[in-house]
Formats: sequence, C-alpha cells, structure tokens
Amino acid sequence: MPHKTIGTALLLAGGLVLSSTSAFAADPTMLGNTCAGCHGTNGSSVGPATPSIAGLTEDTIVEAMKAYKSGERPSTIMGRIAKGYTDEEFKAMGQFFSKQKMVIYPQSTDAAKAKKGAKLHDKYCEKCHEDGGTVDDEGTSILAGQWMPYLTFSMEDFNAGTREMPKKMKRKLEKMLDKEGQAGLDSLINFYGSQAK
Amino acid sequence: MSQITRRDFIKASAASVAAGGLIGVPHIAKAAGSAGKVVVVGGGAGGAIAAKYIRMMDSSIEVTLIEKNPDYHTCFLSNEVLSGERTLDSIRFTYEGLKGHGVKVVQAEATGIDADKKVVKTSAGDFPYDRAVVSPGVSLKYDTIEGYDEAAAEKVPHAWKAGSQTAILRKQLEEMKDGGLVVIAAPPNPFRCPPGPYERASQIAHYLKNNKPKSKILIMDAKGKFSKQGLFTQGWKDLYGYGTDNSIIEWRPVSEEGKATGVNAATRTLISGELDTETKADVLNVIPAQTAGKIAFAAGLTDDSGWCPVNKKTFESTLVGDVHVIGDASIATKMPKSGYSANSQGKVCATAVVAALQGKDMITPSYVNTCYSIVGEDYGISVAAVYRLSEDGKTIAGVKGAGGLTPTTATAAARKREVTYAYSWFKNITHDMFG
Ligand SMILES: Cc1cc2nc3c(=O)[nH]c(=O)nc-3n(C[C@H](O)[C@H](O)[C@H](O)COP(=O)(O)OP(=O)(O)OC[C@H]3O[C@@H](n4cnc5c(N)ncnc54)[C@H](O)[C@@H]3O)c2cc1C
Ligand code: HEC
Ligand code: HEC
Repeated sequence: MPHKTIGTALLLAGGLVLSSTSAFAADPTMLGNTCAGCHGTNGSSVGPATPSIAGLTEDTIVEAMKAYKSGERPSTIMGRIAKGYTDEEFKAMGQFFSKQKMVIYPQSTDAAKAKKGAKLHDKYCEKCHEDGGTVDDEGTSILAGQWMPYLTFSMEDFNAGTREMPKKMKRKLEKMLDKEGQAGLDSLINFYGSQAK
Repeated sequence: MSQITRRDFIKASAASVAAGGLIGVPHIAKAAGSAGKVVVVGGGAGGAIAAKYIRMMDSSIEVTLIEKNPDYHTCFLSNEVLSGERTLDSIRFTYEGLKGHGVKVVQAEATGIDADKKVVKTSAGDFPYDRAVVSPGVSLKYDTIEGYDEAAAEKVPHAWKAGSQTAILRKQLEEMKDGGLVVIAAPPNPFRCPPGPYERASQIAHYLKNNKPKSKILIMDAKGKFSKQGLFTQGWKDLYGYGTDNSIIEWRPVSEEGKATGVNAATRTLISGELDTETKADVLNVIPAQTAGKIAFAAGLTDDSGWCPVNKKTFESTLVGDVHVIGDASIATKMPKSGYSANSQGKVCATAVVAALQGKDMITPSYVNTCYSIVGEDYGISVAAVYRLSEDGKTIAGVKGAGGLTPTTATAAARKREVTYAYSWFKNITHDMFG
C-alpha cells in the first residue's frame, strides 16, 4: 500500500496523470464484457432465465452488486461473482450497462393472462414500475420484457422473505394476492413477458 | 503495401511519443485509414469471440477467420447429447453470424505462421497479418495410450471434440444392453474442461438410470482427485446411489490402477495402472492426455510444457511477436481450460490487439470463468471465479474471497435454478460467439 501511494505521488508530480488513470482505472467495457457469457452480449440475455441487465441505471447495477456482495440479496451465483470487485468497478459496470439498450427477445406467453396482468399492473404496480414496467426508475429494475423465470424467482425470494421487499411494494402485493391469489401474480408475469417494446 | 507503410508510421509515432511524452497517437493512426489486418486461427470459444469483438471495437480493422470446419459443435452441453437430453443439432453453430459482423470467414486449415513475413499459411493460401490470434484448442496425445489412435477412436471414442465423436459415443450407449459396463478413462492434468469427465459420468448415469438401470459406469482416473469432487460426489449420492453396492458410478483413482496406459479397440478393453489391469467394457470412452492444438507447434508457439506461454495482459506470445494465443492452448496460469475462460480471454486479447493497432496502451484486463455442470434432473452445480492480473504481471490470479463452488448446503430449489441458468449460459455464450 505505501508503495502505491508514493508511486501515485510521483506520477502526479511528473504530470503523467492522464496516462496513469487510463491505464489503471476500471474500464467499463472491459468489465462489462466479462458478464456477457451469462447475461448476453452487451447485457441483453437470450434467455431462458438469466436476466437482461442492459438499460438498467448505474445506481440499480451498483446497488444490486453491493447487495449480492454483502449477501443481503440472495443469489445462486451473483454473490460469488460480486465479491470479486470493488465499488469503483461496480460503478464502471453500471456506466457500461446503463448505456446499452435492452434487446427484448420474444417469450411464449398466455394472451389472456397477459391481458389480465396488464390491468393488475395498472392497479397495483404502475405507481413505481412506470410505463408498464419499461423504465428503471428509482432502482425498480426493468420488468417489461424481462425473462419470466427470472421474475418468478425474484417474486419467490421476495415472498419467502429471503430478499427484502420495499415496504410499499409489499403492501400492494399483499393486497393483490389477497384478491387475486397466485393466479394474479402469474398474470402479471405473463404481462411483463409479453411486452416486446 | 499500404498496410506496411501505415504500420511503420505507427511505429515511428510511437517512438516519438516515447521521446516527447505526447499523447494522441491514436488519432493520427486512425486518420491513415484501415487500422490494420488481423488473422484469427480457429473459430471456437476463443477465436470466434476475438474475431467478433475486434470488429465490434473497431470496424475499420479487417478480420479474417481461418477455420477448418464448415460449422462448430460446442463441447459444452455435448454430455447432454450423450444422455439423450438434447440433439446433436442443438450444439451445432454456423459462421453466418460472424460474417454479419464483417468477419471474413475462410474454411481452410492453418499449417504454419511465417513470423518474418507476417503471414498465416493455410491450405487455401497465405494470409498476411499485422496481428494474428491463434485459438486452436487442444490436440489429443494418442501416443500416451498404447493401441490408441484416430482410427481406434472410431470404435473407442474420446468424444473430447464434439461432433461425429459425440454421435459415435451416443450410438454405442443406445445400443448397449441393459447390464452393460461403461468405462470412462479420465485424463491427467492439465486438460480441457476439468469437470467434463465427471459431468459426462453424471449424464450417462442419468440415461442409464432411466433406461438401463442394471448398467454401471466405471471411471478410471489418471488423477487422485478431480474438479468439484465434493459436489459431484454429493450429487451422485443423491441421485445414483454412489457409495452403496448399487451405485451406478464407481470411481478408481490413480492409486487404484486408474491410469489408462493402453487400449484394445477390437475387444473394447482398457489396460491401466502399474499392474496392467485389464477391464473389458461394453462402451469404452478414452479421453487421452492433451496438449496445445497442432498448429501451435508448427508455428513455434509452444514451450517444453506443450502449451503456449503468453503475456498475461495481452495474450501475445512470449515466443513469437505480434501473434496472440488464447483459449485451451494458452498458459493462462490460474484460469482453467474452459469455454468461459476462452471467451473472457478472447475479449481481453481483442482489446489488446485493437489497442496495439491503434497505437494505444493496453488497459487493465479483467477476466471471469464460470462452469456449470448438470449432474442430473433439476440438479445443477457451478464454479465461478473472478481474476486479476498479479502485480508482477506473471499470474492471472483468482480474487481471494470471491468465486468458488455452489455451496453443498444449496437447497433443491437453488440447484434447480442452476439448471435453467446453465441453459441460459449456453444460449448466451453461443450467441455471444456466433450471433
Ligand atoms: C465434454 C466437454 C464439456 C465441456 N463443457 C464445458 C462447459 O460446460 N463450460 C465451459 O466453459 N467449457 C466447457 N468445455 C470446454 C470448452 O469446450 C473448451 O475449453 C473451449 O472450447 C476452448 O476454446 P478454444 O477456442 O481454445 O478451442 P475450441 O473451442 O476447440 O476451438 C478451436 C477451433 O479451432 C479450429 N482449428 C484447430 N486447428 C486449426 C487449424 N490448424 N486451422 C484451422 N482451424 C483450426 C477447430 O476446428 C475449432 O473450431 C467442455 C469441453 C468438453 C470436452
Ligand atoms: C455465471 C453467470 C453470470 C455471470 C458471469 C454474471 N452474472 Fe449477473 N446474474 C446471473 C444470475 C444467474 C442472476 C440471477 C441471480 C442469481 O441467482 O445469481 C444474475 C443477476 C444479476 C443482476 C440482477 C438483475 C436485476 O434485474 O436485478 C445484476 C445487476 C447482475 N447479475 C450483474 C452482473 C454483472 C455486472 C456481471 C459482470 C461483472 C455479472 N452479472 C456476471 C448470472 C451471471
Ligand atoms: C412502492 C413502489 C413499488 C410498487 C408499488 C411495486 N414495486 Fe416492485 N419493486 C420496487 C422496487 C424499489 C424494486 C427493487 C427492489 C430491490 O431490488 O431491492 C422492485 C422490484 C421488483 C421486482 C424484482 C425485479 C428484479 O429485477 O429482480 C419485481 C418482479 C417486482 N418489483 C414486481 C412488482 C409487482 C408485480 C408489483 C405490483 C404487484 C410491484 N412490484 C409493485 C418498487 C415497487
């Protein structure tokens, strides 16, 4: 560590800062490319389950990675991966994926369920998951066009209490489940899966 | 012609930078037109990615891919072809997608590299390069097993390169009678896909359990331990009665005559260990020791180990300048020889090649490996690692505290999720290569 500090100081003194940062800083594309084997080229997954992460905001990516790293958010594999990086690198990954546009690949959905889901969405979920769940606002992630098995897993984790659900979302969800049961959730997921925009 | 002039120009500029401390060569280099010619040898897990990503990073670079086969069968998930869970066609990919990225695909066999003239020699003529990337995978050391060669592999398949070999082994398994013995001879380290032989045993056990339940699998191993051993053993106990008298799978380590030394292809007999133990099989799958793909030797890229030493930051050969080696053939220290490693290395290498052609400095590399194995129905396990270049630049080292295996305490639901994530991995990595 002291070694490094001196090195940086010398570089600063010598006016070589530019080349040193470009050589040592976390590079968004370099880091982002390592995720593609699982999340798809530039973060758009061709499925059937691993989520697309293209188009999520920088904050969403950073918060998700931090939560995976700390173990606060359950995962099959992301915890093991997130532990390999620094906060600065999370930011760089966030920069990379927030600049990508999510490519949506078609999924087979039940049209009747999707129609019902659209209504339920407007009633219970639209307030936070705006524009039919197409935008990642305030860390909500994108739901529209996301892979349905992944959405199902996320809901399972929320409902099991292994992943913390935002309090207000919990309230809305409980209301929805009270009235519509599991079938309601199934309809919602079909709605998200059916969106191709 | 113009290539050479431009390169010299870059070299001259680079020298002036070193002297004057100027930054901004890339601009000047680019203004000169096409940023150069790259020839990639081998359109597999490493080469397809290097070719595509170089084009994605700088479309003014001309990329030619030399691949001997008209299409590519992934080794990944080929073990599911053996169990009948998927078709051979589902692991076959063509090079049309790469053409769409502007890669010139030439079906030919590379036979050598003339590093002075900077040309890759192939069965379809010479291809000049500014930078070459070589990703030929492994070649099988038949000569380490007496009586084994390419002809014998028609009867006693290795199926360690996917395609017709996979089809032969599948057919033999289908034709085998119930109560038959399948023998898998697992190779010594280092070899392509460390968990591969054990995933294979799992998949074959899955097939036998459902179709020929009186049959057995014997793994004869040249090693004393193997990748993901704890997880495989747990899975075999959960699914295939491992450790009991009725176990479908039995494993013999090197200390129990496990190391294959010879084969009698006509009688499907394996000879192993110091006592020349003979094991007669109904289906015999022999996976020999491995070394870098043949072209790596012809091009002078290998050292005494039989693999290719490289600069760990750029994957440029330390033996032949301007030629990079990635994938199974390269010595990537802590990274295992896997498809994900080759993919990750392909991108680091593409970045280095593009930087070199643009006259820029190579940035800090980052590498990942993941390997899923499907042990049986709804039973997926994985290993993951994140790597960094060590400070001395000599090692690609796993980040401490990160990566590792699926916990042995994973719930059945989590293991089931890992199967769907394994299939997603397959679809995404092949789309990354060929899409
Ligand atoms: C049974 C099995 C299961 C596996 N499962 C997994 C898995 O689940 N996950 C994982 O990450 N990895 C897995 N692997 C490992 C993975 O297949 C390899 O590590 C990976 O393919 C290596 O990539 P490569 O580019 O080095 O070689 P390859 O992918 O083999 O590509 C080499 C290409 O070069 C071509 N070639 C060779 N020589 C020449 C020449 N002279 N001229 C022209 N073309 C040439 C070949 O035809 C081939 O297309 C598995 C391997 C096996 C055998
Ligand atoms: C081995 C495959 C694999 C690799 C490599 C991988 N991921 Fe993931 N990722 C997953 C899986 C699977 C999930 C679902 C959670 C779980 O079970 O681990 C996920 C979930 C995520 C999520 C949550 C998405 C959401 O909508 O909330 C983010 C963000 C993410 N990964 C980012 C990354 C980044 C960034 C990288 C590269 C540094 C990366 N992942 C590398 C497999 C992978
Ligand atoms: C009060 C705002 C709010 C409401 C209402 C809300 N959500 Fe959420 N939702 C969030 C936030 C914030 C997150 C991100 C939570 C996190 O990652 O910690 C989220 C996450 C999710 C996720 C996980 C996405 C992923 O990538 O893993 C799903 C699925 C989801 N919500 C579905 C719903 C459904 C269905 C409804 C309606 C029944 C709903 N939400 C209502 C705020 C809300």
